[in-house]
Amino acid sequence: MSASSPVISCRNVWKLFGANSKSYLKTLSGNPSFEEIRAAGHIAAVRDVSLDIAQGEMLVIMGLSGSGKSTFVRCLSRLIDITGGEVRVEGQNIGQMSEKELINLRRNKMGMVFQSFGLLPHRTVLDNIAFPLEMRGQDKHACRARALEVIELVGLSGREDYFPRELSGGQQQRVGIARSLAIEPDIWFLDEPFSALDPLIRREMQDEFLRLQAILGKTIVFITHDFDEALRLADRIAIMKDGVVEQCDTPAQIVLNPATEYVAKFTAEIEKSRVVQAQVLAKPITEASAEGRPIDGSQTIHSLARMLVNDTRDFLPVAAQGGVVSGILNRQDALDVLLGADT
Amino acid sequence: MSEQTLQLPKHQPVWNHQRTAWSILIFAISIALFKGVLPAGFVRLPDGLVIPFADGINAAFAFLRDDLGLIHVTRAFADMVEWLLNVTGNLLYGKNRWPRIGPIPWTVIASIGFVVGYALQGWRLSLLTGGTFVWIAVMGQWKWAMETLSVIVVAAPFSILFGLVMGVLAWKSRRVEAVMNPVLNIAQSLPHFAYMIPVVVFIGVGPKAGAIVTIIFSVPPMIRMSLLGLRKVPEEVIESGHMCGATRWQLLRHVRIPTARTEILVGVNQVIMQCLAMVVLASFIGMPGLGQKLLQLLQSLKIGRSAEIGITIVLLAVVLDRCTKAWATKQPAHFEKGTPYVVRNKFLLIGVVSAVLFLALAQVFPILDQIGRRQAFTISKPIDAIADWIIVLIDPITQWLRWFLITWVLIPIRDGVLWLPYISVLALLAALGWAIGGLRSAAICLAFFGLIALSGWWDRAMITVYTVMVSVVIAACIGFPLGIWGSFTPRRSSAALLICDTLQTFPSFIYLIPVVMLFGVNDVAVVGAVVLFAAVPLVRYTIEGLRQVPETLIEAADMSGATQMQTLWHVRLPMALPTIMVGVNQSTMFSLFMVIIAAFIGTQDLGQEMQRALSSTDVGKGLVLGLAVAFMGLMVDHLTTTWAHRKKQALGLI
Repeated sequence: MSASSPVISCRNVWKLFGANSKSYLKTLSGNPSFEEIRAAGHIAAVRDVSLDIAQGEMLVIMGLSGSGKSTFVRCLSRLIDITGGEVRVEGQNIGQMSEKELINLRRNKMGMVFQSFGLLPHRTVLDNIAFPLEMRGQDKHACRARALEVIELVGLSGREDYFPRELSGGQQQRVGIARSLAIEPDIWFLDEPFSALDPLIRREMQDEFLRLQAILGKTIVFITHDFDEALRLADRIAIMKDGVVEQCDTPAQIVLNPATEYVAKFTAEIEKSRVVQAQVLAKPITEASAEGRPIDGSQTIHSLARMLVNDTRDFLPVAAQGGVVSGILNRQDALDVLLGADT
Repeated sequence: MSEQTLQLPKHQPVWNHQRTAWSILIFAISIALFKGVLPAGFVRLPDGLVIPFADGINAAFAFLRDDLGLIHVTRAFADMVEWLLNVTGNLLYGKNRWPRIGPIPWTVIASIGFVVGYALQGWRLSLLTGGTFVWIAVMGQWKWAMETLSVIVVAAPFSILFGLVMGVLAWKSRRVEAVMNPVLNIAQSLPHFAYMIPVVVFIGVGPKAGAIVTIIFSVPPMIRMSLLGLRKVPEEVIESGHMCGATRWQLLRHVRIPTARTEILVGVNQVIMQCLAMVVLASFIGMPGLGQKLLQLLQSLKIGRSAEIGITIVLLAVVLDRCTKAWATKQPAHFEKGTPYVVRNKFLLIGVVSAVLFLALAQVFPILDQIGRRQAFTISKPIDAIADWIIVLIDPITQWLRWFLITWVLIPIRDGVLWLPYISVLALLAALGWAIGGLRSAAICLAFFGLIALSGWWDRAMITVYTVMVSVVIAACIGFPLGIWGSFTPRRSSAALLICDTLQTFPSFIYLIPVVMLFGVNDVAVVGAVVLFAAVPLVRYTIEGLRQVPETLIEAADMSGATQMQTLWHVRLPMALPTIMVGVNQSTMFSLFMVIIAAFIGTQDLGQEMQRALSSTDVGKGLVLGLAVAFMGLMVDHLTTTWAHRKKQALGLI
């Protein structure tokens, strides 16, 4: 497997709920709507989704409840068997794995965090976190040592002997996160991990999550129904509606160029300048020329606002990491984004 | 169910139902009126039509037992149970069998009782548990109580294990569940005696038969609760297990069963309570212990002594119930870091230390080892005196009540029920079924009672029906007002619910003691015992139904200017009716069980025949009679649940 090939690759993934949905799916042609499928007695949770997720990427799947996002992530880990298409994880078709291979994959490669935590009520924090290690049959001492390490990592030291019901929601989710990290997975699934938490705690947990990801650099599939959360965390966002991925792109592209009306509705209320970075708006150097001190391309337009308003140049050089000028920013474009001017 | 199917039947079809029901009712009445001119075949099923179910069952059992050699299997199982019973018997009351180290001094068991009670809930349960053992020892009932407990100690683990395994099987396979459900329904409505007869056929009489019948009788609730618990495990917990890479077995062992802990322990509680109820009744098949003593004393009308035993049984029931419930609801709690071993395991250590201490003391002071018959206290004399005084005091009332009930209520109704042609009764039931649930319910009623008619036990069954009917009506007359009164303030209702819960843990046998004391041995005593037993669920569910009415509805009624009575009649009671029907249902079930048990103080119904079948070990007859009782119960169950379901739909509660 080469370094550039995707970690997870989905091709035309379908998931229908209903009797004999496999044979029904074979009769389908073209692209029937959600309602047409429902009229035939099936619920289409995932419709013809094709996606690639690269090594170390954080893909956020965003959609309202019932859009099929939770079902889709379960298709990726084969908690649910898909009706059609194929899902490959590191090149292996997981639909054709035996139970034993699948268990091995989950024991060594995958971790998952759940919305309502999914903790075992009869086990202490330590035992919950050691659970996946125990399932692998590791010896008690090694389980404990590793579990303590992860407890330290998620900031739960001192609470090893607590039972889940003795913890707050935020703490319980830290246990869930720690458990999913115990086996050092390469792929990390998070199914609305912060939705059950209060807004303040949610913010804190997002920061915590970003801190962990900065250390760990996992391949992540993150589910949320909160667009702000998606913008905050994502490398790429896939927006789902009625089982279909409406658009899958970087936050900046989604905000600047929504592919469908549905996506546009979501982005309407978003302050674009907080999402779009200077390098996104920059044109290639060949099209224009600019002089003077370059600006940092990874900064958002919003954070450059004062400078953009005060500067008198029409074109500004944009520097990529390391200070090399990589593009030219038209100041007018940037101001349009900043002020929300309609063109 | 969609909106449309909910809305439509309100008008037309219900009217049609009513019309059909009325015409069937008119048919029933006309059959009864023209009884004189109708051929005899309409009045009672002709003998030629009676199907000899009993012979068939007997043949089947003989085939199972002798030809298939099932008896060897059951005997082998019985031998294993007997071996275990010998061990517990030796430990608890010094039976002369291996390991020959018992009996354990009573003080050791009592001290462990104190510690277990404290560990589970605190001082009150500690005093109750330990105090019960002290009472048993001091009253000189140690041996009998230990005979009873030695059976429970063996039977309950078997039931729990069987129940759990069957529950897991039913959970794994829809097909197993589909077969098991109706079997469980029938099993849970079969009277206790129906279980005993086949056991006597296969095992014989004595303690091991008592233990085995107890095991069989107490399995169904465990199956139900394990299935319920396994179904209730949250999906995300199971998914998290999958994602942790658990195999199927690991998932069951480490995820599903521990997460279903509370329901499974509630099942354990029910198993133990059923065990106690059965073990007391198993005295009918030669099981020694508290039940046998109570039976003997009650038959010779020794009220004081039987009251003492009654108190012991009640105390044991309450202790077993409270301890297992405390265990079920107890949630794990962590110890602070660095808590020493001694503190973490303090209850275990205290238990061991006190057991050793009393074991040593018992070697020095024999009174701490065993209390002989002569040294025991008794309060039977004062109880007798008080009972005599009460009986003399209220004798005019009981005499009058007895006379009134027998001449004006019991005999007329019994004669009336027996006078009715069976076709009339069947048509009446069909009309009732039709009015409540349409064709399906009518067919179910007809099928259940039609089978009873075909079994040839019609007259006996009608006497059972009449006793149950009269008892439930009297129980309702007492229970509803009590329940309504009890529901007015939260304090009163929680006190009343506690009393009802406690009363429901008593084995049914206990209810016979006060009525025999007051009314002697006759029909009135039977009805009295059944009424007592049946009133408890009525009070309980009336209170629960009335308390569950949403506060906003009552506030709305108050703001509309309704008086308390108006609120009760127009808001609370209509809303509570579906729940109250659950009480009526349970009350009828309890009545049926009690009528059959009360047979030994003299009835002429199915119960008496069942006792005869028991003494002649006639499996076929016993099972036919038992099924007849079960069918009555199942029919009432079907009618009340259908009615309550429709009512709930109409009220928008489901």
